[in-house]
Amino acid sequence: MPRTLPRAARKAAFALSAVTALALCATACTGQSSAGADDDASKETTLTFWHAWSAPNEVEAVKNLVAGFEKTHPNIHVTVVGNMTDDKINQALRAGGSKAPDVISSFTTNNVGKFCSSGALVDLNPFFEKAKIDPGTTFPKAMNEYTQYDGNRCTVPLLGDAYGLYYNKTAFRKAGIAAPPKTWSEFAADAKKLTVPQGDGFKQLGFMPNYHGWESTTEHYLGQFSPTYFDQDGKSTLATDPAVAAAFTMQKNLVDSLGGFRKLEKFRSGLGDEWGPKHPFHTGQVAMQLDGEWRLGMAEEAKPGFEIGVAPLPVPDDRADEYGKGYITGTIAGIAATSHKQNAAWELVKYMTTDTGAVVDFSNAIHNVPSTLAALKSPDLTYDPRFKTFLDIAANPHSTTSPATVNGGVYLTTIQQLGYDYESGKVTDLRAGLKKAAAQIDTDIAQAK
Amino acid sequence: MSTVTLAAKRRRAALRTIAFLSPWLIGFAVFFAYPLLSTVYFSFMHYDGFRPPTWSGTKNWTYVFEHYPFFWPALRNTLWLVLVMVTLRVLFGLGVGLLITRIRTGTGVFRTLFYLPYLAPPVAATMAFAFLLNPGTGPVNSLLEKVGVPAPGWFNDPAWSKPALTLLALWGIGDLMVIFMAALLDVPKEQYEAAELDGASAWQRFRYVTLPNISPIVMFAVVTGVIQTMQYYTQPLVAGKVASGVIQGAGTMFEPGYPEHSTLTLPQLVYNLGFQRFDYGSACVVALVLFALSMAFTALLMRRRGGLIQAGD
Repeated sequence: MPRTLPRAARKAAFALSAVTALALCATACTGQSSAGADDDASKETTLTFWHAWSAPNEVEAVKNLVAGFEKTHPNIHVTVVGNMTDDKINQALRAGGSKAPDVISSFTTNNVGKFCSSGALVDLNPFFEKAKIDPGTTFPKAMNEYTQYDGNRCTVPLLGDAYGLYYNKTAFRKAGIAAPPKTWSEFAADAKKLTVPQGDGFKQLGFMPNYHGWESTTEHYLGQFSPTYFDQDGKSTLATDPAVAAAFTMQKNLVDSLGGFRKLEKFRSGLGDEWGPKHPFHTGQVAMQLDGEWRLGMAEEAKPGFEIGVAPLPVPDDRADEYGKGYITGTIAGIAATSHKQNAAWELVKYMTTDTGAVVDFSNAIHNVPSTLAALKSPDLTYDPRFKTFLDIAANPHSTTSPATVNGGVYLTTIQQLGYDYESGKVTDLRAGLKKAAAQIDTDIAQAK
Repeated sequence: MSTVTLAAKRRRAALRTIAFLSPWLIGFAVFFAYPLLSTVYFSFMHYDGFRPPTWSGTKNWTYVFEHYPFFWPALRNTLWLVLVMVTLRVLFGLGVGLLITRIRTGTGVFRTLFYLPYLAPPVAATMAFAFLLNPGTGPVNSLLEKVGVPAPGWFNDPAWSKPALTLLALWGIGDLMVIFMAALLDVPKEQYEAAELDGASAWQRFRYVTLPNISPIVMFAVVTGVIQTMQYYTQPLVAGKVASGVIQGAGTMFEPGYPEHSTLTLPQLVYNLGFQRFDYGSACVVALVLFALSMAFTALLMRRRGGLIQAGD
């Protein structure tokens, strides 16, 4: 029995491996097929639309939305596929193919920069121009901003989310507070008044300021301070924009005044989760909550046993005139660059995102904020009167969002990380921390380019 | 003439060898050599999965080692888990195996009890542990507080999160228990009898009879344990997410190893870089580090302990 393979056999084995590897490499590297906008949208065609909604009422609402489109465009049929995660969407956008989507929608607004810069989704500017629709006057300002990157509008808003303040009216009355706070100073005073200690925890906490307090993330706080995030050259302004330091300081003061990081974390670890009925705002353990428009329905469903109030989030004392604004984000829709039916796909996107009736019906069905200025004012919108707060926040020109970057939301993760370190006391020199975070953001962006 | 015949015979023999080896060769080429070579190739490319890859030299390597803030914490965590978790799992698995082979009654019940946790899906098991060890409401801490023992923060405390993960790994010891049991039952009884006749104590019988006989199995457990721990992904990710209280769905950010990066492992970085940041080049660098570490640990262990060769073979 020979100890090693004969020389010829070794050569053949190597050749076989190399050929297989090269063949696979060649197929892997040429996965995308050519596509374009040269189809005739007036001809009979079938589109594939992938979306991420999964709750039965949401899936039904999407079906109805598409049914409305098929009614007005009888030659275009749509195959709707729901519950598609970002991973699946990304893979399909890379690979293309006959079963890949023509139109996608995603909850990950942060990925817009990547979608646009990579060319995974087509630039919709030419389509808007052709249809004589001005996105600037069609969509609310913040939504108009987060759906484009560097002049490339590769996505459109498909309903939105606005963040505001939920408060326990019963607890407010008990604490002698007449109205929701309008500035962060008032907010800090109210949060303290509403806090009822019990043992080494709390019977009722005025507000959970920690960045792990569900929606109390850095970008949601920062939204009220209108930070610039980046300068004209695309460099991070984290260390130079006073709004950022002001937001970090305000949050840290809240943490310290309400019992300190460790005590608050211990209390938080025993609270119910964000999406369940035992959410601490529902149970009355927390008297104020920073949250999106969806919380109202969830909180009422949990039958909280107190009256829920809704208001815009407070603003910095020196920006009191901007009270009413909030942080805005939302679902996005776009057309796959691999689609061979881009004109027909545009018809679907245009209908879903700019047809006032369609947007209003969809918003009524899933209780998200409408994403066009016309729909926000529509008399056909049906909602709890308190929901109006979120409609006003969405329409407010001072409302903010976080800008799209080439590497998605990586800069937000870096800011969030600094937030964790600062609130816990791991970082004590905020100025140095902001400088370091800004340098990290610039390095990450350079790596992605 | 005879040279030609000899050459033809060798060719035929070579082809026959290749034909017999071809299923393995193809499998090796497709599932190992190609992905490995591709990973090396992409580690030097700028590739986002959408546009064609472009040459970037050592940029990805520099980025991962010098600028990516999560690499070193993840590497430290992975090494901690390899050293502590693998060691404790092997010792505990061997201990449970010894115990179960010794007991006379209820063997079946104990075997089942120790093996069952191994069958629990990792996500469900981790979530159950996160609830049991919840510092605020978990029954474990309630009990500890009642008996006056300081209650740790478990998955919410960076100092305790890895020990908590180790506890979870020890709970699911069923796989190692079974292979150690089989190895222990395979040790020739006459060797124990001879040792007893020579007056060997229990420790001496274990040290000079049991251990040499089961050493290949111990080595197998250590090597596979190291490789599994290098790929440790689900449990730390789920534990971190559940403990943080922030359930990350579509549209939310990656939270690196709550609390304070303490549950971050290298495979999580591969996912973060490749599928969340679309930076395949850097993801490949981390994957190659994982591969190199696995190979280095395995080579070191095999060399020091003589591999999977039983004493006396």
